[in-house]
Amino acid sequence: MSALLALSGVTAFYGAIQALRGIDLTVDQGEIVTLIGANGAGKSTLMMTICGNPRARSGKIVHDGQDITNWPTHQIMRRGLAQAPEGRRIFNRMSVHENLLMGAEVAGRSDIAGLLEQVFTLFPRLKERINQRGGTLSGGEQQMLAIGRALMSRPRLLLLDEPSLGLAPLVVRQIFGAIRELNRTTGLTVLLVEQNAYQALRLAHRGYVLVNGSITMAGTGAELLARPEIRAAYLEGGA
Amino acid sequence: MTPLRDAFLSAIVALGLCGPLVGLVTTSGDRGLSIHARPIATAVVVGLVFLGRLAILSWRGRTRAEAVQANRAFAERITRAGKYVTPVLLVAAVALPFTGSRYYIDLGTLVLTYIMLGWGLNIVVGLAGLLDLGYVAFYAVGAYSYAILATTFGLGFWTCLPMAGILAAMWGVMLGFPVLRLRGDYLAIVTLAFGEIIRIVLTNWVSLTNGPNGITGIPRPTLFGLAFSMDGGSGTFAGFFNIEPEVIQRIIFLYYVILGLALLTNWVSLRLRRLPLGRAWEALREDEIACRSLGINVRNTKLTAFGIGAMFGGFAGAFFATRQAFISPESFTFIESATVLAIVVLGGLGSQLGVALAAVVMIGGLEALRDFLSFLGDQMNSEVFAGIASELPLYRMLIFGLALVVMMILRPRGLVSGRTPSVALTTVKEIAPDLVAQGRG
Repeated sequence: MSALLALSGVTAFYGAIQALRGIDLTVDQGEIVTLIGANGAGKSTLMMTICGNPRARSGKIVHDGQDITNWPTHQIMRRGLAQAPEGRRIFNRMSVHENLLMGAEVAGRSDIAGLLEQVFTLFPRLKERINQRGGTLSGGEQQMLAIGRALMSRPRLLLLDEPSLGLAPLVVRQIFGAIRELNRTTGLTVLLVEQNAYQALRLAHRGYVLVNGSITMAGTGAELLARPEIRAAYLEGGA
Repeated sequence: MTPLRDAFLSAIVALGLCGPLVGLVTTSGDRGLSIHARPIATAVVVGLVFLGRLAILSWRGRTRAEAVQANRAFAERITRAGKYVTPVLLVAAVALPFTGSRYYIDLGTLVLTYIMLGWGLNIVVGLAGLLDLGYVAFYAVGAYSYAILATTFGLGFWTCLPMAGILAAMWGVMLGFPVLRLRGDYLAIVTLAFGEIIRIVLTNWVSLTNGPNGITGIPRPTLFGLAFSMDGGSGTFAGFFNIEPEVIQRIIFLYYVILGLALLTNWVSLRLRRLPLGRAWEALREDEIACRSLGINVRNTKLTAFGIGAMFGGFAGAFFATRQAFISPESFTFIESATVLAIVVLGGLGSQLGVALAAVVMIGGLEALRDFLSFLGDQMNSEVFAGIASELPLYRMLIFGLALVVMMILRPRGLVSGRTPSVALTTVKEIAPDLVAQGRG
């Protein structure tokens, strides 16, 4: 199986501060891979670096056989990558419908209706809210909108940055269920960044643990869940 | 602080300010200037401030919660009324020349010029959210492009109009490039500087622009080759239709030209808003990072906003030049940028109807206020107000400023602050493909 996304020795800096220290990571076609780690470990930075903002200072990012390390962001996003960014970043003053159409900008004009229908099947709630302003949605609905918007570009690789942030456990389960569903039915590849390590590792096929900008552990979801140091660091009292 | 105390303090401040401003007046007598005191006028003003402050404080204290509610109802009403206001305004605009009054047609032309500038700037500020304080630069580029092309090469207005637009758009893109990374206040400062640079270049590049003396003898536009000259020859409008040549014909023609240009601006903006490009502008205003992560080319999107906004400024500038037949750098000062920006902000960012209403209120209203105040001054003959009556029209800017402040308190997001989605489905349950296709187009 060839890797859909492969990072080798990627470093990234914010000014003089090194945020990523030589990251090696692969995501295979059809996998759900999760990246867990504490606050400030560099999870979101890694996500943004894949999208070219900030650029990787050294190392290589290969997507589907193509080196995209130095590509501008908007061109990377046109290669079938989509991101539901941290903090959702939906367009507050625009309607749900317009938000979704913004996601389809990359996909071109073809079959917008079909894409919308797909998103509405996954998140029926969005269909009820279609003419409402994005800013008036609840947190969970906004997260659904962010994921739906990303799906509108018909991606092969979906980058999800902390979709459970600030959501009630019930809504988190709902969203994780949707991700699993998508992966099973359409074979969508997902790279998921999470603080909610227990849920994420249960969902994912494989996982990586990020500490201070380097990957310290890797393995299948079940393997990582079983490791005592993971339990101590990320699962204690939580889950 | 109790309201009474607060009002008393305000009155003292007013006394300090108005003591010299209102209380003392200079009159030129036999032996040069002499100063007279006007205690009664001062007392009236200070009393007004005291009572006004008291009224505001008690009103705010009691009705704060209700006021917010009332505002929302008002916003909904105005949005609904918008459906009827637009055709009424349009009919009024088309019918205005039939009044035959040169004063009204001239005023209408002025108002329409500002409406057009407002709509042009609305693309940059309202839709794309790029605060531009130097919009007058593009107005100037358009005006000078036409003036120089026409006086040097003898080209006509209709040939030069697109060229003026293109040149202005080019300058818009040129301004856009260096400021791509700037946002908010920083962007505003750079655009402000850009507006000043253009004006200073126009003042000092004497060989091209004739410097502060300006360019005279700018040709008037023609109607399909028919000139509006007074000789009544066969090649003129009057000669062709066999009527008496009159100045008013040209005035009316110019009015319809600017009406057409303004409507073109409006039509293009409305169309663009429904296109992916327009949606990308609005998304850019909301969140630049999200836009980038959705594959939007932020650089090109910003540059097109600057370019298209500037193009309409250029059109308006060319029209200004042909209407005045004379332009000089003095017409393109910062106050013009500020006025246009005020129109856009007062109207409600991104609202086409709001911008039109704000232009009517700001340009037309100011003029009406001047008339009203002179009329009021003529009516007041009592001894007490003798001094104030004659200067009443001078207070119009003060009243206008006060009106703006009140407006911003009552409707802080502009006259028409609601945003209608560029796509809307009538039935929420059904997503018919044809409806979606319509939304895209």
